[in-house]
Amino acid sequence: MSGFGNAFSSSIGKKFIMGITGLFLILFLIVHCGINALIFFNDGGLTFNVGAHFMASNWLIRAGEIVLFIGLLAHIFQALRLTLQNRKARPISYTVTDGNANSKWYSRSMGLLGTLLLIFLVVHLKDFWVVSRFTGIPSTDAQGHEDLYAVMREKFQDPVRVGIYLLGIISLCYHLLHGFASAFQTLGWNHSKYNGIIKGAGIWYSIIISILFAAMPIAFHFGLIQ
Amino acid sequence: MSDINSNIPEGELTNKWTKFKSSVPLVNPSNKRTLEVIVVGSGLAGASAAATLAEMGYKVKCFCFQDSPRRAHSIAAQGGINAAKNYQNDGDSTYRLFYDTVKGGDYRSREANVYRLAEVSANIIDQCVAQGVPLAREYGGLLDNRSFGGVQVQRTFYAAGQTGQQLLLGAYSALERQIGMGKVEMYTRHEMLEIVKIDGKARGIIARNLITGEIERHFGHAVVLGTGGYGNVFYLSTNAMGSNVTAAWKAHKSGAYFANPCYTQIHPTCIPVSGDHQSKLTLMSESLRNDGRIWVPMKKGDERRPQDIPEEERDYYLERRYPAFGNLVPRDVASRAAKERCDAGYGVGSSKLAVYLDFKANAIRYGKIEASKAGNHHPDEATCLRLGLEVIKAKYGNLFDMYAQITGENPYETPMRIYPAVHYTMGGLWVDYNLMTNVQGLYCTGEANFSDHGANRLGASALMQGLADGYFVLPYTIGAYLSKEISVKAIPTDHPAFAEAEERAVGILNKLIDVKGTKSVDHFHKRLGHIMWEKCGMARNAEGLNEAIRDIRALRADFWANVRVPGTTTELNTELEKAGRVADFIELGELMCIDALDRNESCGGHFREEYQTPEGEALRDDANYQYVAAWEFKEGVNFELHKEALNYENIKVAQRSYK
Amino acid sequence: MNLTLKVWRQKDNKAKGALVDYKIAGISPDMSFLEMFDVLNEDLINKGDEPVVFDHDCREGICGMCSMFINGRPHGPKDLVTTCQLHMRSFKDGDTIVVEPWRAAAFPVVKDLTVDRSAFDRVIAAGGFISVNTGNAQDANNLPIPKLNADAAFEAAACIGCGACVATCKNASAMLFVSAKISQLALLPQGQPERYRRVQSMVAQMDAEGFGNCTNTGACEAECPKGISLENIARMNRDYASAKFVSEETM
Repeated sequence: MSGFGNAFSSSIGKKFIMGITGLFLILFLIVHCGINALIFFNDGGLTFNVGAHFMASNWLIRAGEIVLFIGLLAHIFQALRLTLQNRKARPISYTVTDGNANSKWYSRSMGLLGTLLLIFLVVHLKDFWVVSRFTGIPSTDAQGHEDLYAVMREKFQDPVRVGIYLLGIISLCYHLLHGFASAFQTLGWNHSKYNGIIKGAGIWYSIIISILFAAMPIAFHFGLIQ
Repeated sequence: MSDINSNIPEGELTNKWTKFKSSVPLVNPSNKRTLEVIVVGSGLAGASAAATLAEMGYKVKCFCFQDSPRRAHSIAAQGGINAAKNYQNDGDSTYRLFYDTVKGGDYRSREANVYRLAEVSANIIDQCVAQGVPLAREYGGLLDNRSFGGVQVQRTFYAAGQTGQQLLLGAYSALERQIGMGKVEMYTRHEMLEIVKIDGKARGIIARNLITGEIERHFGHAVVLGTGGYGNVFYLSTNAMGSNVTAAWKAHKSGAYFANPCYTQIHPTCIPVSGDHQSKLTLMSESLRNDGRIWVPMKKGDERRPQDIPEEERDYYLERRYPAFGNLVPRDVASRAAKERCDAGYGVGSSKLAVYLDFKANAIRYGKIEASKAGNHHPDEATCLRLGLEVIKAKYGNLFDMYAQITGENPYETPMRIYPAVHYTMGGLWVDYNLMTNVQGLYCTGEANFSDHGANRLGASALMQGLADGYFVLPYTIGAYLSKEISVKAIPTDHPAFAEAEERAVGILNKLIDVKGTKSVDHFHKRLGHIMWEKCGMARNAEGLNEAIRDIRALRADFWANVRVPGTTTELNTELEKAGRVADFIELGELMCIDALDRNESCGGHFREEYQTPEGEALRDDANYQYVAAWEFKEGVNFELHKEALNYENIKVAQRSYK
Repeated sequence: MNLTLKVWRQKDNKAKGALVDYKIAGISPDMSFLEMFDVLNEDLINKGDEPVVFDHDCREGICGMCSMFINGRPHGPKDLVTTCQLHMRSFKDGDTIVVEPWRAAAFPVVKDLTVDRSAFDRVIAAGGFISVNTGNAQDANNLPIPKLNADAAFEAAACIGCGACVATCKNASAMLFVSAKISQLALLPQGQPERYRRVQSMVAQMDAEGFGNCTNTGACEAECPKGISLENIARMNRDYASAKFVSEETM
């Protein structure tokens, strides 16, 4: 990539990668959340299992999944590099800092929130992704689709798991509250006429996505859906 | 009467500079590369000169005592920069700018220099805009102008209340560009302590690295001092804490004449002193006088709040005394008028040493226009005021904020209180038309020299002069000298003259540390300031000046016996830096009083109570004092006067009138 | 007012520093924060101690030299002021005030509260200028500039280079400073010829100086005494992307 020089190794370049992968993951979350929300048809998972089947069998989606993992890993890897570099930029820290006076705690804690998310992600992938891709879903539904819905219902009977999921989703919510608008800023999409829209969209997106995600384990656990 | 030659080119005033430029000897590019120039100071005059000389191909070393050249005190200039562009089509011209400046200076400046200044003023604006200096613009995209004191045209260019900052950042960026290319070697946190002279020519400097305390020797074929003014001799002034006279004073002690030291400008619109702890005074830009009306109550000791004093009980004394110029009279006139009212017992505020600067009337006027623009042709006063204050805010917002910050009062609701304060020094090292001092190869630019402002500087002329000297004058005139130096190889710094100068510098540093007295440097500086302000300030008289000279001599003896400078010379030692500067200020203070005592007339910033008209205006004595007083330093802090006669061939010398 | 100060003392760049406690009495609310330090130093000198070394010069909020990290915030608790313009009326009798130097790898401590900010100068030297030699300019009004752009450029140019942005940033990033200069020149027609070279060379120098990366927390904007906007960082990033991916010039 000689023509691009150090485009991606500079401080701004690294942030571009964070921003681009971040927006990509944000898009993914919409798809993920949309499919999952099919459980709220409350039809014993028939619609949801159709969606899950489609996601698992469509070759374009499967290819996209690989891109998704690359994006996720790039996001994580770049974040680690940046964090290490940032540590080096201030070898001696202050005795007293008053960060709340000038910024939001979650903006300053993206690394921590990201780490929590990563831990949650490991649990989450083991719970569902590994099951659906590798170990296999044990039963099928009335329409003969693999019954991922049943797996969900079963897993969320465990209050500890529900707790972990809720914590993960809270981390996600704050991560997004900063990350959404931040990605736009990093990519230079700052315009006085649109800044309000971006900010508002970021807040609404974070809240709606998080509520929808949180509603799933809660709904299953308390038997609000069948 | 003259016993010094100012080297003014022959010929018509309007052609002198053009002729000079086209006939000055040039240095070819390969020779420029071997000619080294030292520039001390990185303000408007220093940075612009260093950058331009490097662009021309000279090898330049630039020194400043701050941590970055961008911090020089030019940065604090607020109001604007004059230029005879006539963009407002109000009849401005080079001649008018020249005339206004000479008249504003009370006929004590050199015609040829001022005319040249007016000529190059237009180029400065072009240069700065090309550098990306964001000067204020109108909606049509063209440059905006405002009015300043002492003139009847709008020729002042500005960038909100931060004109000095923006111009300096322009010069700084030009300088950094040359530093980046390796054509200027920048020495920050370095203070010049001595001039090195070899065979009568300036050949370098001794500088102290302020971080390590190391003493360094630097060679230059020529040395340029752009080290600013000496207002801090008064302790309290609008200058930066670090502003000092040391470089100029060391040059003076090495033989350079110091000219007109008594001409100090007391700026009329500063925030009044609030207590003994005060370390510096803050200026409120003169541009405020465009829209602010100055008044005091008609009744002595009136304790009412200003907003409760009705219109007919207010004395708009500037408008009353000077109907033609009103609130926009020159600074010296406005300052003396304020002092006169306060001395007479009409002062306001807790100290009674303040007058009001009131924006309400003009805010209402602006508000009417705004309301009218919005289709409201019969607005009530409250609406006008509200809209008008928005306009005022847009024009002077940062100044109003600064005022609120410092005083804790809201200037949008109550008039500002202002009082005169030391701001600028018109005196400085004597230079000829080429900006060279009487020491060969030693040049002086900007506020540090004496040349262009006479006895009083008009507003927005300091930036103009600093940049004129640095961008457009010195780079040409220095060529005349350097063209004769092309055969001189760089002199190694182990030359005995360097060793001797270094010894002098180190001797003083050690002496300061060795006193080990009981009083801090600030203690002496405050005492000096007090003497100077009381006896050599806005009004002077022979008796007071004689006392001052006596007091300062006693202070000098006390200083060298009792000053306490902690620490050592081989580390970052801010007290040592201050001590060296104050030692020089004490000697300078004495010379200022001697000069003020010698000048038995009143002119511009120099007001001798014995010499005034029946109306209390300055009374000049052109028959006997139309000269530049250039003082030569003599062994043991003594001074000998040399005179440069001032001839006015293109201006009729008259009593200055702003009525 | 009576106050307790905890002030960072460090003999020189190599020495280890520590917070030292000082009690100080008789402080007037009208004093500026630096005048309070003047009183402290006068006390120290009179006691035969060494005064605290701190950077300061103009004391009117424009030179950018003063640089104290006060109770966890650069330039103290008030918005839009520098340390020299902070007055003691912002504190209460009996307060304890912790004063530290700017902390960043790119701003090494020189002594006590004084740090070396020459990294900023080097970033400017790398490209923060318009290459126009003296005498090459056309008439200033030949180039009309929309007021909107001129004003925006001015707002970016209001930066005083104090380094509060770096000091407060959790990553010690200098993006606000660098972007302000880049924006000022990018907004003006005079700055266009070098626009994309400038952003690349200045960012490269910024990285070489060891500043951290931007996390968009907005702390720099909130603490900037001149209110420099984050918008500048976005503009810099945009220009950087254009320079790297659109412009055909490689550097």
